[in-house]
Amino acid sequence: MTRVGLSCSTFLPNPVLRKAHRVLIFMDTASSKSSLGVVTPQRAAFSEPLPLTCGRSIANYELAYETYGTLNAARTNAVLVCHALNASHHVAGIYADDPNNVGWWDNMIGPGKPLDTNRFFVIGVNNLGGCHGSTGPLSVNPDTGKPWGASFPVVTVDDWVDAQARLADHLGIKRFAAVMGGSLGAMQCMCWSIAYPERVRHALVIACAPNLSAQNIAFNEVARQAILTDPDFYGGDYYEHGVQPRRGLRVARMVGHITYLSDDEMGSKFGRTLKAGKLGYSFDTEFEIESYLRYQGDKFSGYFDANTYLRITKALDYFDPALEHGGDLAKAMAPAKCGFLVVSFTTDWRFSPERSREIVHALLKNKREVTYAEIDAPHGHDAFLLEDPRYHKLVAAYFDRVHAEVGA
Amino acid sequence: MNGISIDRADFAAIAHWVKPDARVLDLGCGDGSLFKYLQRERNICGYGVEIDDDNVLACVHNGVNVIQRNLERGLRDFEDQSFDYVILSQTLQAMRNGERLIQEMLRVGREGIVTFPNFGYWRNRLQVLRGRMPLSDNLPYQWFDTPNIHLCTIDDFDRFCGERNIRILERKVLTEGATVRVMPNLRGALAIYHFGDSKKVV
Repeated sequence: MTRVGLSCSTFLPNPVLRKAHRVLIFMDTASSKSSLGVVTPQRAAFSEPLPLTCGRSIANYELAYETYGTLNAARTNAVLVCHALNASHHVAGIYADDPNNVGWWDNMIGPGKPLDTNRFFVIGVNNLGGCHGSTGPLSVNPDTGKPWGASFPVVTVDDWVDAQARLADHLGIKRFAAVMGGSLGAMQCMCWSIAYPERVRHALVIACAPNLSAQNIAFNEVARQAILTDPDFYGGDYYEHGVQPRRGLRVARMVGHITYLSDDEMGSKFGRTLKAGKLGYSFDTEFEIESYLRYQGDKFSGYFDANTYLRITKALDYFDPALEHGGDLAKAMAPAKCGFLVVSFTTDWRFSPERSREIVHALLKNKREVTYAEIDAPHGHDAFLLEDPRYHKLVAAYFDRVHAEVGA
Repeated sequence: MNGISIDRADFAAIAHWVKPDARVLDLGCGDGSLFKYLQRERNICGYGVEIDDDNVLACVHNGVNVIQRNLERGLRDFEDQSFDYVILSQTLQAMRNGERLIQEMLRVGREGIVTFPNFGYWRNRLQVLRGRMPLSDNLPYQWFDTPNIHLCTIDDFDRFCGERNIRILERKVLTEGATVRVMPNLRGALAIYHFGDSKKVV
């Protein structure tokens, strides 16, 4: 089964690189007191065509999702959790048939956790174009009877949010108590606040940026080139050849992992430690960091779909709400009405605090309700997935406020 | 930090000057108690600015919108004249560049409110005369661990404002919560100023 989350192994006090199970057991132990336990994925099918930003539309599609907690009678306590690059609708809890598969934000969501499922009805959804159950390049195109593959449209953050809004309709939720996400997930929250201002009370925008920098796009392009130039890619229609562009996907993931950690964190986790204790004068894995990257690349390329990865990196590159407002983010965010919690992490060089402050500045200019916190954490971009007491207490306190507004 | 009675009198004096429904920026807002007090008494809106993690968390608990930021880096995030009042409560004396901050306060706000411990208070003078740095409710730190680097007297601040075209609109001086009218620079422990830019029509 799939294991999702940017990098589970960063939960480990010491990297035990080849033992994914130990990673997951560690996560489970850390949260066993208030784990959600067994959760069940669901699917919703939609038959009304969804118009997409690229100009095409998708006629029939399914979204995989999970829900935790109970929707109250007034339907006011729903919280949508948007996923980042490679995660899914499996946000918290475990599966009955795969108890090692812990949701990617299990430390944040569950009974008594910062996003408390005793109070809130929490929804996780796999985005359109994903590879964890929602309609995507892997799915069979009903028009051709073959997998979509290369013909699956290039989807954007706006498209995802439009699809999520239809899921909200399906679940009978007119207005979310909050939408929450980190990184690319946070971009979806920004988009929600702009596109559906009446449907969001609060947005928790964590480790975000108002658009990608040239450097960010550059990393994505290296990842894409690795996939696109893999001989097993076959222009995106590799399914019919019975292969996967694993080598490309593996390198793409390795590049990604470099950007998720801070230099200091990488130094303290791995340093220049050698696996064998001495230099081997070969191209085998010698340094621990090499071993870590290869392990992460191998693991990821074993379960993730390359076409989905390509599309998600594009969605990141294209996200830029200020673009159609002459670069004025305040103008772009003017329709937003909700309260905002914006959180950044000091050592995140991928989406640095400076980028979050741009979002805050736009909200201040619009005189919106906003709280901004800069968490001094050593872990780089990955910090948003980790259990830092200052960060989690802050999110918990913010959800106390949300709860007081919406009731149980 | 300070006796509760002093805090309350301090808050009440500020609330007395703040018009209902005003937009307020509270610099160095601590745990947000002043902001919360003003929300309750004057139905204000706006933000607190605070650098300390625990205080930021306390502000969220208190229902105060807070922006985590180092005031030494100025108020770049805030637009010109976007607040009715900018408050700097018991923070001026700890700022490296207090002069620039006061100018920034008058850039982003129509009026400013500043409170600071009066170094000219007789108890402080007495301790200095005895050869020691002062310790009191308003100056609770030892010389070696104090955040207070720019202490001043009421006379100093009057002169500071006069030299910079800052118009003092109101001033209140308190000692242990009681208003001091006679010889405030000698008898007052805490000074509260309400000021505006004299070039602006108030």
